[in-house]
Amino acid sequence: MEFKDYYKIMGVARDATEAQIKQAYRKLARKYHPDVSKEKDAEARFKEVGEAYEVLKSPEKRAAYDQLGQGQPGQDFRPPPDWGAGFEFAGASSGDPSYSDFFESLFGAQGRAGPGNRRGAFHPGRGEDHHAKVLLDLDATLRGGARQLTLRVPEIDADGRLVSKERVLNVQVPKGILAGQHIRLAGQGARASGEGAPGDLYIEVEFQPHPSYKVDGRDLYLDLPVAPWEAALGAAVKTPTPTGTVDLKIPAGSHAGSKLRLKGRGIPASPPGDFYVVLQIALPPANDDKANAAYAAFAAALPFNPRASLGV
Amino acid sequence: MSSPEDQALIGAIFEESSVLTVKDLSRMCAVDERHIVEFVEEGVLNVVEINTTEWQFTGTALRRARLALRLERDLELNLAGVALALELMEELEHLRRELKARR
Repeated sequence: MEFKDYYKIMGVARDATEAQIKQAYRKLARKYHPDVSKEKDAEARFKEVGEAYEVLKSPEKRAAYDQLGQGQPGQDFRPPPDWGAGFEFAGASSGDPSYSDFFESLFGAQGRAGPGNRRGAFHPGRGEDHHAKVLLDLDATLRGGARQLTLRVPEIDADGRLVSKERVLNVQVPKGILAGQHIRLAGQGARASGEGAPGDLYIEVEFQPHPSYKVDGRDLYLDLPVAPWEAALGAAVKTPTPTGTVDLKIPAGSHAGSKLRLKGRGIPASPPGDFYVVLQIALPPANDDKANAAYAAFAAALPFNPRASLGV
Repeated sequence: MSSPEDQALIGAIFEESSVLTVKDLSRMCAVDERHIVEFVEEGVLNVVEINTTEWQFTGTALRRARLALRLERDLELNLAGVALALELMEELEHLRRELKARR
């Protein structure tokens, strides 16, 4: 198990005041909050910061942690056998249950408020609802169909420790579901403690990047390469769409970035999204005499200054 | 072995199939009903149907309420701060879309 330097994670001195710790936490939390942040590894950093704050904001936990002395981060660590005697930890966290082994070994399950602590009080008869997030391939929403989803479910084991278990579900993905929407599976949440009905399971959907389509809400975008003469003179070109290849009419006088809309051929939601084709002009390589001659003839025939708008 | 299609659980798109009440949201988010009412008063959540005796929300309110609760808890924001953050996040998303559409 690795020693964690909570002061270093929070970027505060070991003698920082409570106010300084709080300030540091707020700043880091805003920076790394997964709902807000565009940073890489935001989620992992946010968890780390949350864990550090959980310890340092509590005078009891902080004192107990300080008693360990200064281990080296990354060093193998075992808490001394008599460690923690005399400290009483109150479960104060409302946060994420996925704290590190280091935290668990020090403060155990009672140091952490499990996901159940805040809940259950309002509707005691019924099992808790569960929430999960999955990454689906875009095909799942374009065509619908069954997918094996692997969820991680936190559970309290016999020793009262929080462990994460894998649960594999076979789910019929509703055709036309959009990123950010939820699949609701009735009765697949937590069992009720008594007679009540089990809770529901809500699965939030995100899509894996598709090799050729970009997703924007219910619309899909495709970058389609065309030859210069196809854009200039107009042409009918083969274009892949979610519902199969179509002959797309390119109007004469198109240019790079021209957007063509195929109404209703996006994600088949209600109402269905649109499919946008964005033209990219692809130049044939000038790598032999014939091509060079063609380019030269082209240049001779057309007095064209692509930089006219720049005044040069 | 049976094919995956055989015993697949049938899921519905929650956002399109549901009308939610304050009570539903309270249960789903595991917070007091009062908290949901405060979200409405602060403009964090929008009520869709006011001509019935009970407030009603679309399914999208669940995502919004959960996001608001996370911001409130993790960033130690007050309600006004949450409402402002949500508005700005929406505007940011809108501007990103615009920008993408112009490229």
